[in-house]
Amino acid sequence: MIKYIVKRLFYAILTLLVLVALTFFMMRLLPGDPFIGEKAIPETTLKALNEKYGLDKPMMTQFIMYLKNIFRGDFGISMESRRPVVDIIKQAFPYSFDLGIRSLIFATIMGVFLGIVAAVKRGKIGDTLTMFIAIIGVSVPSFIVGAILQYYLGLKLFQVTGFKMFPITGWDSFSSKILPAFALSFGSLATISRLMRTSMLDVLGQDYIKTAKSKGLSQRKIIWKHAVRNAIMPVITVIGPIAASVLTGAFVVENIFSIPGMGKFFVQSIQTQDYTMISGITLFYGTFLVLANLIVDLAYGFIDPRVKLTDAKE
Amino acid sequence: MDRIDKARFEWVGANASEGGTITRPSTSYWKDAMKRLSKNKAAMICLGIIGIIAILAIFVPMLSPYEVSEQHLTHSYAKMGYKDPVDGHVHLFGTDTLGRDIFTRIWSGARISLFISFTAVFVNVIIGIIYGGISGYVGGAVDNIMMRIIEIINGIPYLIIVILLMMVLPKEINGVMTMVIAYAAVGWTGMARLVRGQIMALKEQDYIIASRVMGARALRIIFKHLIPNSLSVVIVNITLAIPSAIFTESFLSFIGLGVPVPLASWGTLANDGVKVFQQYPSQLIIPAVCISLTMLSFNLLGDGLRDALDPKLRR
Repeated sequence: MIKYIVKRLFYAILTLLVLVALTFFMMRLLPGDPFIGEKAIPETTLKALNEKYGLDKPMMTQFIMYLKNIFRGDFGISMESRRPVVDIIKQAFPYSFDLGIRSLIFATIMGVFLGIVAAVKRGKIGDTLTMFIAIIGVSVPSFIVGAILQYYLGLKLFQVTGFKMFPITGWDSFSSKILPAFALSFGSLATISRLMRTSMLDVLGQDYIKTAKSKGLSQRKIIWKHAVRNAIMPVITVIGPIAASVLTGAFVVENIFSIPGMGKFFVQSIQTQDYTMISGITLFYGTFLVLANLIVDLAYGFIDPRVKLTDAKE
Repeated sequence: MDRIDKARFEWVGANASEGGTITRPSTSYWKDAMKRLSKNKAAMICLGIIGIIAILAIFVPMLSPYEVSEQHLTHSYAKMGYKDPVDGHVHLFGTDTLGRDIFTRIWSGARISLFISFTAVFVNVIIGIIYGGISGYVGGAVDNIMMRIIEIINGIPYLIIVILLMMVLPKEINGVMTMVIAYAAVGWTGMARLVRGQIMALKEQDYIIASRVMGARALRIIFKHLIPNSLSVVIVNITLAIPSAIFTESFLSFIGLGVPVPLASWGTLANDGVKVFQQYPSQLIIPAVCISLTMLSFNLLGDGLRDALDPKLRR
């Protein structure tokens, strides 16, 4: 077990280092120079500026400096708003986290539930319906779901009934959180329900389910005690990638619903080419996801003893 | 029980010439799979839709009376089916902010979106087969290192890498190729893993060992046995990778990293549509339907192909 944890930790750190290196060299590769402006800067001033920001030092030294700064939590200053990137992240992240966690929880619970229903009612109307929802969910990008929900449930419903059920922008009241969270979770919900159905069908065909049936257990007990517990394992492994897709999906959903989260800042900084913001947010997201993946991996190792067995065999 | 009289039977003799004939036409794996696929109604309909979209994408921009970026400022935001009073041409899907014909833009956008997706997936498949093939065939420490590299790449969400690459790659090569390069740089890991798994499972099979015993060289084994036998998995994966590439293209265009302005792709059209969505919903709905329908068709076709090519996995 300890070997497994150490191995996972090692990969997490390596991945982070690669990410830091990636953002660092990307910034250096970008065309242009930070001190190119409308006015020509005198040679000596330029030299002094380069010296001040360490730009005259060799690449490796600069990289180490960069690493040190990041380790201290200093992501630089936004070129656009002149505020430290960390401050912006601190202000915006709670919104994104709130939206993301709501979507993730909704997607997981609904996805697992729909997957169970589809597998148990295999071939019947419930199955067909669930799989139809699932294929739509996989095929319609979240920004389209978001815009359409906003138009029909937010705007049209209000125009027709005169009753404002779902606000179309903002992130304050509970009702304003429903549409964005749903739009963001729809794709993941579909993925999870398809996976859960496959895994559930697999488990339901196993011998121990037959044994349980023949010893007279009720259908409900078989499903909840034996089938679901075993079938849910593969779903846990995809929580990491799903979290990543929820997070990147938030870039557009936050924009559509004008939620002041990090996705909105990220897209804005892409449009204004605010490089320090881009690299800062990228690093923050990367770290966050690597940690999330690490936690999922470790949790999986704890929950499913078979993981340890296969690991030991290698 | 009566004894049957032997006299009722007659010895016709061994017919050596007829013994070896096969009365039914022989069927190969691929023929068999295609037969199964053609029975799958949903998959066939999707194949038809993909065909129609491809034909429209090829011919509409060629035959349309309008150019992609031709502006008609006298009738911007025209409704669907608007007839130009001057020259009598019809704007089937209406016009956008600058009075450009949306029907023409959608199908020339389809060209760009589909071109980006197909090329990117093609590059991914090539890299994936080579990388996965080497990793699976050589095995051992090489395999270990190659798979760890994939693990690290996969640890970072691919969209973030694609966005970073899009920012850095010079715009001069034109936005279309930038997008292909950016997506191809990270999209191959899934394919490589798949091919590796397939090759690892195949290379221990008896017929491979037999081939090796008979003195076949590694290259012959790889190209004659291993790759053809992993092809079914690769084909299914290609069909399922295309919708993801279409999604990536539209996503990037949507956040403002799409193809440069005079060009149109489905993503940029959707992005333009969102801005005026509350006044002119059709401007978003049309590209949205195109994106979703294409993704849906490829997804269902991929599912159908998987069932057809691998009946064991059928659910």
